[in-house]
Amino acid sequence: MTRQKVLVLYLANSALDAPTVAWAVYDGTGETRPMAGDTDTPPYKTGVDALKDGWRLFQASQILPHQRGAEFDVSYLKYEFFFERLVEVAA
Amino acid sequence: MTGLPLLTASQMASFTARGFLRFDGVVPDDINAQFLAEMGEIASPQPDSTLRQAYGRLLAEAGVPEVAAGTPLARAYPQGSAVNRMLELPLVAGAIRSLVGEDPTFDHHFLHVTFPPAYHSGGESVSQHTHQDSTIDPRTAFDVQIMYYPHAVTREMGGTRFIPGTHLRKVSEVALGRYQNIRGQQHMVCEAGTLLFLHSGVWHGGGVNLAERTRTMFKIRMNPSRSQARKFDLSTLQPQSAQRPIFYVKAQPPESIEEILMTPEPWFEQDTGRLEMLNRIKLWRYLTGDPTYDADYWLTRLENQASA
Repeated sequence: MTRQKVLVLYLANSALDAPTVAWAVYDGTGETRPMAGDTDTPPYKTGVDALKDGWRLFQASQILPHQRGAEFDVSYLKYEFFFERLVEVAA
Repeated sequence: MTGLPLLTASQMASFTARGFLRFDGVVPDDINAQFLAEMGEIASPQPDSTLRQAYGRLLAEAGVPEVAAGTPLARAYPQGSAVNRMLELPLVAGAIRSLVGEDPTFDHHFLHVTFPPAYHSGGESVSQHTHQDSTIDPRTAFDVQIMYYPHAVTREMGGTRFIPGTHLRKVSEVALGRYQNIRGQQHMVCEAGTLLFLHSGVWHGGGVNLAERTRTMFKIRMNPSRSQARKFDLSTLQPQSAQRPIFYVKAQPPESIEEILMTPEPWFEQDTGRLEMLNRIKLWRYLTGDPTYDADYWLTRLENQASA
């Protein structure tokens, strides 16, 4: 049977080859327990580097227009890319 | 003159840009020892006791007073108590005065204790999700949180993780918990008696404790009760003579308030990193009481209503 590993990369702009600024990993196999603050170096320098290593992109954040009156507000990281890798595990 | 050692303009600019100031080992050993004694012994892990029960007992028995939100900070702690002595240290009182002005208001405090794996008895030992305290806060005014580390903290103990420069982001508490790691994040590793002053908007979280002993940190949040403008050491604030050249520059510019305010963080996105600069300038205007201040032309350009 298969389980899903998920990699989330936050890039410096909307291009998939932009530098990684933040990241997260979630492991559906249960073999590892990634958590906040567990590494200070990104697993991939860019999103394309993750593709080259076999991760499959399945979602990217939209590029949205800025709300009038809130053009200069900053909040959540904008350029979010979700990748997956399916892993065979023992039944 | 206050007689207190107020923060310099450079320290205030750094706080404006990065949202924190760190003072290593500034609380004397006798205050640290008194604080830990007042908090009491932490019971050894028991097989029949959950971590929640152990923490509950600790909080109930610790010598931390219950204080109503809104109490003047000066009346929050008994004279002679360790926290009162810490707050009255000239460096601490001067930093508080510089950041939140006279007569700050007590908001809340908490005794944060992280427990090593032995206490988890089969449960997961994980770090806290990164978050911004309280709730969405659209103000320019800000609160200050003092993180007090009464004993030495090693990397293994999972000291407070925080991300410099995130304080101006308008987010909703742990909605950002999905971000496990962010470039430039820092982990508190420090000697006993270290203080971390945080702008209330800084993203942070407690690390997982993989050491042999518990880790203790005491947090105090305070609000300004008056203006926060021009409370630091104004004698260190040099008047800005002119805007400096931007983009096309031939050498590293000299140290200046502008250089501090315009230094990006490693996690900045390429477009919103510029918005961070705008928002830092707005905060500096607030803290200096100078509505005309600009750095590197960011606001001058936008405020130029040439057709008006």
